[in-house]
This record gives sequence, structure tokens and C-alpha cells, in this order.
Amino acid sequence: MTEKSPLTVLDRPNSFIGKSVSRAGAKRLLEGRGTFVDDMTLPRMVHVAFCRSPFAHAKFGAINSEAAKAASGIISVVTGRELAEYCTPWVGVLTHLQGLKSAPQHAIALDKACWQGEAVVAVIAETRSQAEDAVELVEIDYQELPVVADMETALDDATPVIHSDLGDNLCFQREVDIGEVDKAFADAHCVVEETFNFGRHTGVCLETRAIIADYNPSEEHLTVYLSAQAPHMMKNLYAKHFGLNEDKVRVVCKDVGGSFGIKVHTYPDEMATGALSIMLKRPVKFNADRLESFVTDIHARDHRVKARMAVSKEGKFLAIDMDDLTGIGPYSVYPRTSGIEANQVINLTGGPYTIENYRANARVVFTNKNGMCQYRAVGHPIACAVGEGLVDAAARAMDMDPVELRRRNLIPDDAYPYTYATGLVYEQLSHHQCLDKLLEMMDYDGLRREQAEYRDKGIHRGIGFASMIEVTNPSPAFYGVGGAFISSQEGCTMRLDHTGGITCTVGVTEQGQGSDAVMAQVAATAVGVPMENIRIVSGDTDVVPYGGGTWASRAAGIGGEAALRAGKALRENLLEIAAIILQADAAALDIQDGAVVDADGGTERMPLSELGRIVYFRGDTLPKDVQPELVVTRHYVPKAFPFAFTNGVEAFYVEVDVDTGFVKLLKCWVVDDCGTIINPMLVDEQIRGGVVQGIGGALYEECLYDERGQYLNATMADYLTPMAMEMPDIEVGHVETPTKDSELGAKGVGEAGTTGAPAAIMNAINDAIQPFGKHVSDMPFTPERILKALGKV
Amino acid sequence: MKAAPFDFVRATALSDVFAAFERHGDDARIVAGGQSLMPMMNMRLAAPRVLVDINHIAELNGVSETDGTLRIGALTRHQELGVNALVAEHAPLLTMASTHIAHPAIRNRGTFGGSLSHADPAAELPACAIASDAVINAVSSSRGERSIKAVDFFLGTFHTALEPDEILVSVDIPIIGAAERVAFDELARRQGDYALVGLAAKGTIEGKTFKDLRLVFFSVADRPILATETIATLEGKDYSPDTVTVAEAALEVDLQDIDSDLHTSAATKTHLARVLVGRVLAELAGEGRQ
Repeated sequence: MTEKSPLTVLDRPNSFIGKSVSRAGAKRLLEGRGTFVDDMTLPRMVHVAFCRSPFAHAKFGAINSEAAKAASGIISVVTGRELAEYCTPWVGVLTHLQGLKSAPQHAIALDKACWQGEAVVAVIAETRSQAEDAVELVEIDYQELPVVADMETALDDATPVIHSDLGDNLCFQREVDIGEVDKAFADAHCVVEETFNFGRHTGVCLETRAIIADYNPSEEHLTVYLSAQAPHMMKNLYAKHFGLNEDKVRVVCKDVGGSFGIKVHTYPDEMATGALSIMLKRPVKFNADRLESFVTDIHARDHRVKARMAVSKEGKFLAIDMDDLTGIGPYSVYPRTSGIEANQVINLTGGPYTIENYRANARVVFTNKNGMCQYRAVGHPIACAVGEGLVDAAARAMDMDPVELRRRNLIPDDAYPYTYATGLVYEQLSHHQCLDKLLEMMDYDGLRREQAEYRDKGIHRGIGFASMIEVTNPSPAFYGVGGAFISSQEGCTMRLDHTGGITCTVGVTEQGQGSDAVMAQVAATAVGVPMENIRIVSGDTDVVPYGGGTWASRAAGIGGEAALRAGKALRENLLEIAAIILQADAAALDIQDGAVVDADGGTERMPLSELGRIVYFRGDTLPKDVQPELVVTRHYVPKAFPFAFTNGVEAFYVEVDVDTGFVKLLKCWVVDDCGTIINPMLVDEQIRGGVVQGIGGALYEECLYDERGQYLNATMADYLTPMAMEMPDIEVGHVETPTKDSELGAKGVGEAGTTGAPAAIMNAINDAIQPFGKHVSDMPFTPERILKALGKV
Repeated sequence: MKAAPFDFVRATALSDVFAAFERHGDDARIVAGGQSLMPMMNMRLAAPRVLVDINHIAELNGVSETDGTLRIGALTRHQELGVNALVAEHAPLLTMASTHIAHPAIRNRGTFGGSLSHADPAAELPACAIASDAVINAVSSSRGERSIKAVDFFLGTFHTALEPDEILVSVDIPIIGAAERVAFDELARRQGDYALVGLAAKGTIEGKTFKDLRLVFFSVADRPILATETIATLEGKDYSPDTVTVAEAALEVDLQDIDSDLHTSAATKTHLARVLVGRVLAELAGEGRQ
């Protein structure tokens, strides 16, 4: 572990860093006093519902909306062509993903629907119910087209091309070939090979997507209330595609009921809502219902990976060779593109290990299904399951303990900075420390003994591990260099109010994950005031410093550092004025618990409220040449590394009923290293929530389509998410290796749990059924898939 | 997900229900707990013009025992089935099954009569009704009351022997005999989910010998399946591993038309039904879980 320098701002008296302080907004939300988009009603507001294509691929001609227009409460019925006057199409490409291509996408389809659920006509009414009633009255003349439903055949000559202008159904392809892969396989003592399938799934937000667009023609100004993660990114896109001056667009994100990456993309129905507000010159609300969410919220993880690994006689991993195929729907999602997930898969696989020879091919193809894009832990669970699945396959093949095999190959804790075969640069990771801690927490030897005892009784339990790395705190290398206006910096503006309270505006956004609480802890610590003196304002582009928002585990690490820098600067300004008022040396003063004190001894000299009173109301008592600045702004953007990699290890203990194929999760352990821990409770719950979403991918969640591209399970009864009864106890431990790229030293923690859980569960299941000489590698691991593997059906 | 427009009638007596039927015919639907109908309406899979709320008809409540028969009112909530002492004593199969029905919030609202008249083939209570030899009492204004044996009641998915002008008012269940035992098991992906396969069972067990078994599978076809071939095979047989094997073989006949569902093929369901029958027979025989 890296030594912390002894006297950082984190070590200040009354530091709130590392304390589980409660969240300022928790009581408000608990009492139902939150403000989600659907809680808001504006004067003259109307509602939009959409006619959505019932076909995965169809041309449509005549649209008869006479009956709909005559229905009760209807304001307007609008087609794609009519709306195109108000919203230009977009193309989801980034220049640094070379060769990535996509077709222009409109807010409402013009004459061809490319997935079941694509909006075809907008119906605007006084109420959502009336809009839905009229949707049923719109007659649309569809002509079905051949459907590209299977990604495996999407590139075949016989398969129709979805966008003829593109020439084929290939969105993106990337190959990497490092070292001497063929030689490594030729020299190998053992080669293991596996095909892994990952079910398409989605992030199921408690609050579905919601938007109110309010265009004021007198000012040519658009205000958008949005349930989203990246308000500044959306402000830019609204201006760009609605033809507005960006200075006249304001995006406000109030309370957000979960996002998980779902709410960081450009959705056609949301763009349509904005354009409709401009067209109709009045506020328009759209709130996706659960059915719409399943067919329009981005999906993720639909990958098939064929992979093999070469291992030496001593158990050293020599090489990985893999082929990844993913089908992303008919368009690359704007503006982050649908190439990032596959790119992550081939960047990250095997990442915890010292592997020098590496070959990977990723192909991203278009299909007539709902779009896929970035969802929590983008690509990580796939890369982790492929790598860790190969590790356990090698352990089985070589009859080695999976822990021992990992120990021999994990990058040594003293080998950093380290550059992985794929070019990823790790500042400082702690794989071995994490593994040691995990084994102690779970009593690995005892658990193995227990497993053996149960096995004697015909009860099949298994232990599975996953070592992992996660991309956090992304620099401009992620999106900015590719030409997208997606900021990697964050800012924080702090103001001392005359009461001694401090108002902080921050660019990162609160999604329910507690980022406001974390910002407040950092701010209170940096300035030296009690938590209750801090007020955080986030989510309003008219108010907050320019920033990227919340995604890729960046809020605490990047936003937190900006808050730290702002807090330090404000403290300096305050001490300067205090020194003048008190006729003291600023260096001999400090601010603690909301008061100016003697740095030595801590005797109170003046509360900040007194300083505020003097500055704001009795400026005449200060020297003529002194102008206090009690508002400061500071920014931070990571520069030293493209990403702040974190690391960790997860283990699952499971029981497989070999008669029914049912899997019971008995226990989960996670040790994670996210650098400086600001709020231990929030960090632990991020990990637990992440694990649960990983459990979903491993055992339950799958968006099912038939061969005609029809979505089959668009209800919460048929799309299975893990619930309280499916969650095991999840014990969380930590190793803290702060990043030196920031003074705060915090790295992200949002991806960790989700990254490792599917791999660890897969390995645990395979450990449980090892006596039968069988294993599974197709997620989710349904009872049927396990029974098939066992040869029982 | 907004229901199509509908009118709402609160009935406080059966006569109110019949009046609504008379006035609106097929456009009227009865709503009790609303745990199935309301979601279907919100998804516009059902669009009744008139909802007739029977929650305030007092005579549809209550559980009573008379002359060897337990009468359960149509409005009895699933939660009540789980805790009612008369049910536990005289129809323990229902007590066992109740905790498998969805989640507490749904059990607090959903009703016995609603579950039977909705006739979801994956639901627990229709299978329990058949296994318990229940008789379903229905009333219409023109023909009065009639009784329908549970085994004749379920005709298909969401389809029962009820006439459009009839309302299910109560269910009669013969109280369990001293030598009778019941068992219930289901395989559901998550706690509270509809089962991949479920089995409600009742029978007389003398020593280890099975007599008058009733084995009813659910979530396997368009209605609960009384496994007559398997039952006939087991009649008079002692519990043993061999008996289980014979029963598993007979199941192939009873479940030859087994349906697949979204997540599970017919072959897997058949396998799971075999596993369940082994477990349930063991439980009936007092052998416990293997």
C-alpha cells in the first residue's frame, strides 16, 4: 500500500473523509418530498405518447390520423416528417473508434422502423391517458421487411442490409495482436478454450425515463427537466439538433430515481418531446412506461465470445486469443456510440494478470433489435467472465487450486506502474493484498472443508472467484478525443453565505447514489465547517460549473477533487480576510467547525457568520484596498493517466440443486480498492448494489427476442431482476491505494460489484458441478441451461 | 400504461352485480383484489367498459365449517388463507400454498374467488382446489345458485365454466380426513414468481401405502392437470424408490401435452415435474425431503 503523505487536507481536524455521514437528502426522499420529473406540472403542459412500430423492420406509408385527431383532448398528431423540420438527425460515431459507422437517426422514424418499439407517430393530448387512447386510433400502413435478428448471420451475404447506404451490417471492427500469440500457443503446456454467451439485458431504473421540455418562443429559450446523468452533454445536443443558441438551452436534473448508464444517452422519444415543445410552443411531458422502457431503454451485454488461453507447465498464463461478436440494434447510439462495450471487452480481458501475448478481434454488427449502449460497468462483466472463466478452466485442466493459479499470475503488487498487453496503464493496483484479505474474510480453507463434507452428502456447493479491474475517473481519452462534447472535467463553485453556511454548486449529478453527500463531505472537510453548514446544488446547467455529470465512476474521484480544490481556495480567502479583521497572521489561523481559530491550540477567534456579517454588510470597516472574494470556483480534469484503474476480487459460495438446475447463492465476499474512501457506507452499498446487478446478469436477466425480432418479456413478471430474497449476504472489505493524480486520492467504485459477480457466480457453479465433469458458460444460468449441461434434459 | 376509459360501479349486494350484468352485459367485469385484472387493463390487454367492484359485498367474506365441509367466501384474501385457523385445520393444502403466491402486498389484496375465476394456469389455488376436491358455488340472477366441481371448472387459460352472468360466491372443501395428508411444492425462479412447475397433492396414506391420491400439476398446460394415469399407477402401492420411478414413467402420459414457456422448454418442464413428483410423494409418505 502506498504511504499517504502525513499532512494532507484529508488529515485536517474534524475531517469527514472516511466517515459514514448520513445523506442530506435522505429524509426528504423518505418522506416522499423528492421532485422527480413526473412530479412536476407546468402551466399549459401537454403530454405525448407514441405509436410504436409493432414490427422489428417495416416500411410504412400512409398514416391516417383523422380519428385520433378527433379524439377527446387531442392537441396534435405529428409524424416523423413533420417533426424533422424541428430536429435534425444524428449519427452515433466517434472519430477515435476508427471505421465505426452508423446511419442518420431521426427523433421519429420517417418511413422505416428498424426495431420493434421505434416511435413512428407522436400523439399529444391534455393527459397521457387521452394520448394513449388516441394512439390506438392512428392507422399506419406497414409493410414488413426481412428482419436481422441473429448477430451470428448479420454479416452473411444472404442477410439483408438494414441501412443500404452503409453497404453492410458491420458497425465497427477492431483487432489487436500483441506479442507472439501463435508461438505462445505452440509452446503451451495446456490450452483451454471456451465459448461464452452473455444474455442481452438492461438496467431497470425505478424511475423510468422522463422529460418535460418547455420552449418559450418569446426568448427562443428551451428549458428541459430531465431524469438524466449528463445535463451539459444534453444541453449541447438539444441546441445542436433543435437549431438553438446553446446559451439559450437550460437542462435541469432534479431528483433522479436511478440511472446505471441508462440515462446518459440520446433517446429519440426524448428528442421528439423537445422538438414538439418548440413546434407547439408549450411544455410537453413524456414519461416512458415500463413497457416502453423495455423496448427503448438501451440494452447491453449481448455478446458471444470465443476465447482460448495458453498456459505453461508452471501455470503461467502465456497468451489469450479471443473473438467477440455483438449485435447492437439498428443504430450506434448517440453520442457515446455502441462500439465502446466491445472495445472495453477486448481491452480488459485478462487485465489483472501478467499476460504478454494477446490477440483479439471484436465485431459490432447491426440488428433489428432495440439499441445497445453503455450500461453499468460497460464491457467489464464480459471481459471479467471471459478471463476468469478461462482461469478456472485452466485450473480444472491442470488440477490446480484456482486461488493458487491466480496467485502465480496476478500482477505483483510491487510491479507498478504497469502496462498491460493491450496498452492499459495501471498506476498502482493491489491484487495480492485484496486476494489475501478476501481469503481471510471467507475462511477459504474452512469453506473448502465444508464443501467436501456436503459433497459427501450429495449436496453440491461451489466456490468461485473473480479478480477484476475497473475503468474509473476517465480523462478526455474516453470521449473528448473522439470529438464528442462530453466533458471529462468537473467544477465546483463555493460561496460563503453571511450566515456562515456554504453553498456549493457542482457539475456531477445525484442519481440516488449519494454524490451530493460525498461532495458535501469533501467541501465541509476542505473548508472546516460542520456538515449541516454545507448545501449542495447540482444538476442545473444555468447554475453549476461545466462538467460531465455522473458516469464511468467519475463523480467522487473527479467531482470530489474539484470540491476539494474549491474548498481549499475558499478557506485561504476566508483566512486572508479573517487575518485582516483579527489583525493576525493568516498562517497562524485555521478554520475548524465553522469558526476561525488559532491554528495552534484551536482557540476560537471568530465564527464564520461574523466574518460573513462584516464582509457583506460592513465592508466599510475593511481597509480600502481589500476586496474579499467569498466565492471561488475550481476545476479538475485527470491528466496523468487515461483512467484511474481500480481493482478488487469477488467470491461466491453457491449451492446447485443438480436435480432441478436451481442455484442458491449462499454468500458473497468482495474486497475492493477504490483508493481513498470518502463515505464507507455509500461505498459498501455501491458495491452491494453492483453485485446485485451482476447477479441479475448471471442468473436472471435476459431480454428475449424471437426470430422476427419481437420482444417477448417486456414486463417485470417476465423479465426477472433479483429481489431481496435472491440476494445473499454480501460482505465487503477494502484495501486503500489512493491515486496520486489527485490530492483526494479517490477512485471510482460504481463498477466493481457488477464487474466480478457474473464471473464469480459462473466459476462457483462450475466448481459445484465439477464432479459431473460438466460446466456452463452461457448467461444467464437458467435451470434449463444447467440441466442441459448436466445432461438431464 | 394507462387503462382505457372505463366506468366503475361499487356493488354492496349481489343484486348490484346482477343489475350491472343486466345493463352492461359482456362489457362489465368483476374486480375484487385487482391483482391480475388491473395490470392487464393498464397494459390494455383487457379493456372492460365497466368495472364492478365487489369488495363491499359482505356476504362474500368469511370462512366457516359445517357438517364436514369448509366454506370459504370468494373475497377471502390469500393472506387470510395463510393464517386462518379453520383453513389450517381443515384444508391445510391452502395454508401451505398461500405463502407461494407472489408477495405479501399481492397476497393482502388478491382473493381466493378472484384467483379461481381468473384461471391463470400458472396460479397455485386452482390446482389446490382440484386437489382438494373443491366445489365452486356460483350464482346468477336468473338461474340462482349452482355448484361446479373444481375439476370441471377450469377450461383453459383465463377460461372457466362460469357463465357471463354468474359470479363465484364461495368454495366448499371437504375437510381433511384423519388418514389424509397433503403436500405442496413448486419450482419458481425467484421467491414469489409463477412456478416453472408446481404440484398440489392430497391422498390417504396407510402406513406407506398410497390410496385415493390427487396429484395436480400447474404451470404445465392451459389449466391445472390432474395426473390421472400417475394416480392410477400409484393406487395401493407402497412408497419406495421403485414406486417413484413407476410414477415418473406414468407422468409422461399425463403430461404429454406439456407447454413450454418463455424461459423453459417442455422437455425441461417434464423433467422438473418428475423431480417434483418424487419429492412430493416422499413428503406424503413422511419420508421428508431427500
